[in-house]
Amino acid sequence: MKFETPAGTNPIDAMKVIGQAVDRVDGKLKTTGQAPYAYEHSEIPAKPAFGYVIGAGIAKGRIASFNAEEARRMPGVLAIVSAKNAQPLGKGSMNTAKLLGGPNVDHYHQALAVVVAESFEQARSAANAVRITYDRAQGRFDLVAQKPGAQPLTGNDADTHTGDFEGAFASAPVQVDQTYTTPDQNHAMMEPFATIAWWEGDALSVWTSNQMIAWNKRELAKTFQMPPDKVHVRSPFIGGGFGGKLFLRADAVMAALGAKACGRPVKIAMPRPLMLNNATHRPATIQRIRLGSTRDGKLTAIGHESWSGDLPGGGPETATQQTRLLYAAANRLTALRLAELDLPEANAMRAPGEAPGLMALEIAIDEMAEKLAMDPVKFRVLNDTQVDPEHPQRPFSQRNLVRCLEDGAARFGWSRRSARPAQMREGRWLIGMGVAAGFRNNINMTSAARVRLAGDGTVTVETDMTDIGTGSYTIIAQTAAEMMGLPLEKVRVKLGDSSFPVSAGSGGQWGANSSTSGVYAACAKLRDLAAQSLGMDPASVQFADGEVRAGNRSAPLADAAKSGELVAEETMQWGDLGRKFQQSTFGAHFVEVAVDFYTGETRVRRMLAVCAAGRILNPKTARSQVIGAMTMGVGGALMEELAVDKRFGFFVNHDLAGYEVPVHADIPHQDVVFLDEEDDKVSPMKAKGVGELGLCGVGAAVANAVYNATGVRVRDYPITLDKYLADLPEPV
Amino acid sequence: MAQQPPTMAVSLEVNGEPQALMLDTRTTLLDALRDHIGLMGTKKGCDHGQCGACTVLVNGIRINSCLSLAVMHEGDAVTTIEGLGTPQELHPMQAAFVKHDGFQCGYCTPGQICSAVAVLDEIKAGIPSHVQGDIGGAPDMTVLEMRERMSGNLCRCGAYSNIAEAMAEVAGVRIAETHDAEVRV
Ligand code: FES
Ligand code: FES
Repeated sequence: MKFETPAGTNPIDAMKVIGQAVDRVDGKLKTTGQAPYAYEHSEIPAKPAFGYVIGAGIAKGRIASFNAEEARRMPGVLAIVSAKNAQPLGKGSMNTAKLLGGPNVDHYHQALAVVVAESFEQARSAANAVRITYDRAQGRFDLVAQKPGAQPLTGNDADTHTGDFEGAFASAPVQVDQTYTTPDQNHAMMEPFATIAWWEGDALSVWTSNQMIAWNKRELAKTFQMPPDKVHVRSPFIGGGFGGKLFLRADAVMAALGAKACGRPVKIAMPRPLMLNNATHRPATIQRIRLGSTRDGKLTAIGHESWSGDLPGGGPETATQQTRLLYAAANRLTALRLAELDLPEANAMRAPGEAPGLMALEIAIDEMAEKLAMDPVKFRVLNDTQVDPEHPQRPFSQRNLVRCLEDGAARFGWSRRSARPAQMREGRWLIGMGVAAGFRNNINMTSAARVRLAGDGTVTVETDMTDIGTGSYTIIAQTAAEMMGLPLEKVRVKLGDSSFPVSAGSGGQWGANSSTSGVYAACAKLRDLAAQSLGMDPASVQFADGEVRAGNRSAPLADAAKSGELVAEETMQWGDLGRKFQQSTFGAHFVEVAVDFYTGETRVRRMLAVCAAGRILNPKTARSQVIGAMTMGVGGALMEELAVDKRFGFFVNHDLAGYEVPVHADIPHQDVVFLDEEDDKVSPMKAKGVGELGLCGVGAAVANAVYNATGVRVRDYPITLDKYLADLPEPV
Repeated sequence: MAQQPPTMAVSLEVNGEPQALMLDTRTTLLDALRDHIGLMGTKKGCDHGQCGACTVLVNGIRINSCLSLAVMHEGDAVTTIEGLGTPQELHPMQAAFVKHDGFQCGYCTPGQICSAVAVLDEIKAGIPSHVQGDIGGAPDMTVLEMRERMSGNLCRCGAYSNIAEAMAEVAGVRIAETHDAEVRV
């Protein structure tokens, strides 16, 4: 099925099951410890051995000597595999650094070997007995130092120019020209990278923890230089990913190497302290933003430049993305510059581009509003655009940013905010409110599913879609139930298996809309088969209450499969509506903070997000996506930072004690409002994503609230108290 | 072949069932539960006492099972998430987590639920905390107290606001009161 024209009325519009805030269909499994994650599967052909990965102790250079003699003789040790004795490996097309290093080392904690033993304790102990010496080479670890040599990019990441930015900025009566920095950040998902791998002849099977099953299968095949149809990947439950599990990682490669070497299944969970330098992270950025405005608050010039770094062959953090679309202004400039760094691999983390981009842009907008003596909500409303500012003939499919801002302001009590900072006090606390716009594009991905109607009237959905906590199981079940006119209990959903049709997978907040659209397409086909089987005209049937109805005839849906299961498989593909219309999601984030006069401690007291993201398929799971993202936004604003050791080239705080993420005590009650929308130009589901939107803008809303509380503007994230304590106003 | 690692016998009760194990003395309680007894509900997030995913109840008190060697638990009674309830018969805290969507990926969830059950007992038992107004008095059953005491259980999916609602329901605390409490910073 190809989606080429705006959706008319369709069976989803009944919204008997879709749009309802039902509990997660996998909720009981997850809350009772019965949902098996990668490391926990018992469906394997033999007793597994345990692998322990050894990471490089230098950031750049070569292995001088590798001595595993002592380790090999230790009790229980079955195999030690390194680049010296491993088969030649290909490199996955989506990996920048090789997943097995040696003799060259490309980054700190790059995997160099795996020790396989009968028990976890034996493997760990033997891994500690492997002696490696290195010839260390000079590396580049400091983005500030490498910034002058950073290079422009081509294609999607090339510079953009609209009108005459330099001229318009120079002549603007009111200007903001500031530089902001965001640090390296880590996904810090709670489930470590983990895999159980085994070989049967030349076929490889893995239970793993991965967001994109088809990518994983393809990359494993490429790495082991084998046909993809010999690789079986399963990942039915995933303990969080946030972009960190988009790609094939070392756990799967090392488990497969270990399994080959010892002829048994091998299970590996990456030790937490190894994960942060071994795998990918969101890279730090330096962002310069220039805004020019008329005195009455119309932006005339918007310029946004961003510098980031990555290993040779890597990519930039696309922090200027949202700036091309968020506000009107005739004269515009964006530019990305990429430096080479020898730190671990930079790559996607939740809302790549927009998350750090909005952290900077939405402070700059706050600064401009203040210079203009305008309310920051009104200033944003005044500069709204209903068309792509670079291509004014191209409208947004739907854009309700203004309503998000105005509704949010009313609900949040924004009118109580003092325009002058550092004016609101409660005892020892300075109180401040902040706002920021949220923006993230909608992306549609090809997505397929198979649906089966059994003789007992139940429907089973099979697709390689993943549920990383997003609620995929639930919204897919809701979609199939709505399409087939069944109650939710009559639908079973099977996910995360490479033997199922290839779905959109989980990334870029495309999962919900794309994967349910694939299920919609498959169900549309199944409806036709069911109607034909019952001798009814597919064009005029209705599916409701477990029955199929046409005119005054009706039959139980189960009867359609009386003489055998009906199976339909279909793929949702996309036409060019995404080119004709800019498809995006919008939000407004409101935050209230209290900052302690004496200690500088910042507490977040209230949070509200108002989101416009098309039809909300399940308000309960969608709301959870948003509150989770808001929580991550608080982390980004106030605490999260991978500290770079610029001499030795690694992230120092590489565990969950050192890399601080928000805890219960940091997060207040959170409010989320979804505007009642349907976007008929994005898909038959009329839905868009929310999982990344919820993060976009939160950091800046917190930053703006801290400024409003204290009068101290911090442009260097995270906003830790050492950056403003000395400048806090005197206690009265 | 080098010397075999020392092993030791340990008998403990897990979810009411006696377990007699012969274990490498380096085995943590967490790995004993997961790899030797086969109870995979208790999760390993960090193996270093930094995340709380491995929280279980030992003789009714919550601990990080990754920070404790199994052989130290001779004669102890351990309750894991599997011992609290089953999909067919949920513990009230498990049911409240489902109702309030107090989780997303579910990986921190067994630890959160074990901790949540223990936290309500700790408040009832008068065990003091950092956020208590009067350290000599009895702690109040507020969401502020709960948030403080739950802070060793990380949830990167960020379900904290919903977990607070779930715990408030089980504790029988009106959520409006609890919001007032947290605004009180
Ligand atoms: S696994 Fe025990 S605290 Fe993290
Ligand atoms: S539900 Fe995913 S970490 Fe808590």
